[in-house]
Amino acid sequence: MSAARDLVVVGGGLHGCATALFAARGGLSVTLVERGALCREASGVNAGTLTMQMTRVALIPYALRAHAMWASARDWLGHDVGVVVCDGLSLAFTEREEELLAFRAGKRREAGAPIELIGAAAAQTVEPGLGEGVRLAGHCKVDGYANAYLTGLAFRRALVEAGVELREHAEAIGIEREAGGYVVKTRAAPARGRRLVIAGGVWIEPMLAWLGVALPIKVLVNQLAVTERQRPVMRTVIGIASGLLSLKQYPHGTTVIGGGWQGVGDRARGGLALRPERLIGNIRLACHAIPALKQARLARAWAGLEAETADALPAVGPIPGHPDAYVCGSVHSGYTSGLYIARLLADRILGREPELPLFPIDRLLAQPQRAA
Amino acid sequence: MTARFDAIVIGAGPAGAEAAIAAARHGRRVAVLDEQPAAGGQVWRAPVGGFAGKGDADHRAGDDLRERLAASPATTQFGRRVWSVVGPGLGRDTGFRVDALGPDGNESLEAPALVVATGAHERVTPFPGWTLPGVIGLAAATVLLKSHGAAPGARVVVAGCGPLLAVVAAGLVAAGVEIAAIVDRAARRDWAMRLPALLGRPSLALRGAMLAGRARLAGAPFFAAHGVRRAEGEEAVRRVVIGPVDAQGAPIAGQERAFDCDALVVGHGLTTACEVTRLMRAEHRYDRLRGGWMPVVDQAFRTTVEGLYAVGDGAGVRGQIMASLAGRRAGLAIAAGQGADVAQECARIDRALVRAAPFSDAMASLMAQRPAEVAAIAAGTVVCRCEDVTRGEIDAAITDGARDIDQLKHFTRCGMGPCQGRSCSDAAEELMAAALNVSRETVGRWTGRPPLRPVALGEMIGAFDYADIPIPTPAPL
Repeated sequence: MSAARDLVVVGGGLHGCATALFAARGGLSVTLVERGALCREASGVNAGTLTMQMTRVALIPYALRAHAMWASARDWLGHDVGVVVCDGLSLAFTEREEELLAFRAGKRREAGAPIELIGAAAAQTVEPGLGEGVRLAGHCKVDGYANAYLTGLAFRRALVEAGVELREHAEAIGIEREAGGYVVKTRAAPARGRRLVIAGGVWIEPMLAWLGVALPIKVLVNQLAVTERQRPVMRTVIGIASGLLSLKQYPHGTTVIGGGWQGVGDRARGGLALRPERLIGNIRLACHAIPALKQARLARAWAGLEAETADALPAVGPIPGHPDAYVCGSVHSGYTSGLYIARLLADRILGREPELPLFPIDRLLAQPQRAA
Repeated sequence: MTARFDAIVIGAGPAGAEAAIAAARHGRRVAVLDEQPAAGGQVWRAPVGGFAGKGDADHRAGDDLRERLAASPATTQFGRRVWSVVGPGLGRDTGFRVDALGPDGNESLEAPALVVATGAHERVTPFPGWTLPGVIGLAAATVLLKSHGAAPGARVVVAGCGPLLAVVAAGLVAAGVEIAAIVDRAARRDWAMRLPALLGRPSLALRGAMLAGRARLAGAPFFAAHGVRRAEGEEAVRRVVIGPVDAQGAPIAGQERAFDCDALVVGHGLTTACEVTRLMRAEHRYDRLRGGWMPVVDQAFRTTVEGLYAVGDGAGVRGQIMASLAGRRAGLAIAAGQGADVAQECARIDRALVRAAPFSDAMASLMAQRPAEVAAIAAGTVVCRCEDVTRGEIDAAITDGARDIDQLKHFTRCGMGPCQGRSCSDAAEELMAAALNVSRETVGRWTGRPPLRPVALGEMIGAFDYADIPIPTPAPL
């Protein structure tokens, strides 16, 4: 029988890795169980955007703190995730988008995001690559992006250095309570922990079901695309008022185009395919914002999964009825905010008072599901 | 906007064209798409740009195919870059949607059946200097010669393996090019061992021998059981150093020789171009002797995806004769599925496929990847030429914990460039399998994704009004 660790984390995405890292740095012995390689699902294939202008209002205080953590990742993580801090613009091209932008930017501003509304000429100064037709822009200096595909490598190194026992390519196939903790079954040796964190992304629904907890998680299938390398054509993170565009050019010259247009996929099979007409729609938006992108060639498009609760707010906190067991996931725009939210959960596990409240899942279990 | 057919064929080489002709002959509405301006594939590539062609056997066979395809009721669409295919279970219940860029922008086609006849990619096992200007593939050289009547240089080293070596050498001699050296990975005994299989196709074996003889008669030095050690030059290749290799293609001690030249034509066989069947999530298997990864097909060349067929070198490198037969067989299967009586013809083709197999297997095995040759790649040599990733960086990523091919990509950017791994995946996967001492199946493949070819965003999107972009509902605030 394997000896129980202080903590076993199920799921090696950003949430699981960060929780494991902070818990280990706080003195706990930690095992991390991941069915594939670290950060190869949502955490490794998302657009890497670190923006306030697509973040839900309720998450702005968390996102601001997470942004600061990303910006200083080289210092505290010790490894590079390719973070670039730059200006961000959310654009409005129509009257309707103008209204939407003014309303949404106002709400986010009230929540603490330093977003200024600026006109077309000012926006052009911030981003000389902009095309015609901008009526209004939300300008935020707290913006930027990471290179999402480097997340796994950076966290892998940091976790190994922190002494976390990594079990990659070990799929959890069941979780049971036992005296003094939890046992996570895999096809090889089980992992035992006095405490448990379920951080399985879109898979937290079946994982919680092992403990008899029914938490419905909706699976979003986000389409993304990347161009070949190109001369510099933009220097900011660009979005639109509706939130259905995210656009940034990396220092090596490729531009990643996202915005949450839905492709084909499911929990069982992952992001399977792209809908070509939606890919064209998304790229039209991108080229409308930054016309020089028309000269770039599309290198690759893909689809990745994102988890969403019924109220589109995170599922982060204790698992009711299961002492010392926690869930961490479904953070909207989770790549931006998840880092800080995972640290809050680690604080809670370490017996420290979290700086901001968690998002307990009782609200999602006790009452009938409300539409978002 | 969307054109509907009974079957869509991607690729108008021998396999695809025969599939289209066979299905159309039985009344099926067929569209055949190719990125080139004319049918023929790589083996029978048509002359372009005012070049009259060479009038040789390949040229005549290609013309015959082009004439038969033109006479068939099949709709041909040339100059089309297919960038997206979606199929059953991938956002559709049944059938396929193919998106291609043509002279009028993006076009969509739909059909219940799809024949993938996308041929092969050339394999070059990396060596120092292989990315220098002036170093081109054997298959690329045949394109220059067949389509344009152009030579890659004035004094050329021809190196690698397989039948293309003799074809290119003879073609260069005929074009008046001086051959500095012909360097064959195979020893004379490798060819001798395959003699019985080759003699099963006396006409082709004779033609190969004649081509090799023609190059030799021109006085070109010939080195069997040799490989390229390195290509040298500042701005372009100026010198090629060769040395002896063992039966596995690995360099061994022995005399190295250097040849001054202004071009190196080199190829180490062919790999299957099976991007479409991968994108369709058909079941694939690894067969090193026939070009690596290929879709699993039945006798009628049906893959494991309903309505999806794979024929020609993209479904396993077997050469033109088997590609033509396979194409016809798949075309008939599509016709039969809609009521045509094709049993006798199918039986004849099945027998012909059996007869052709030994020759095809003998040729394919000469062109197979040699693991020892890959293992010998030096640490400083670039493996992924799009992203300049060296063998040393791949080894370092594996030391850093990369255990599958996607992880290797994320750690190094290997395979992230414009070619999306078409050029480097065979070597990268082999390096990883060898380093971890696991199978190629365990290492896996990079996930198949669109676009199938790099396409300019401006061409994809065409002209549009902002108001017409179908922007989805915004996420909650």
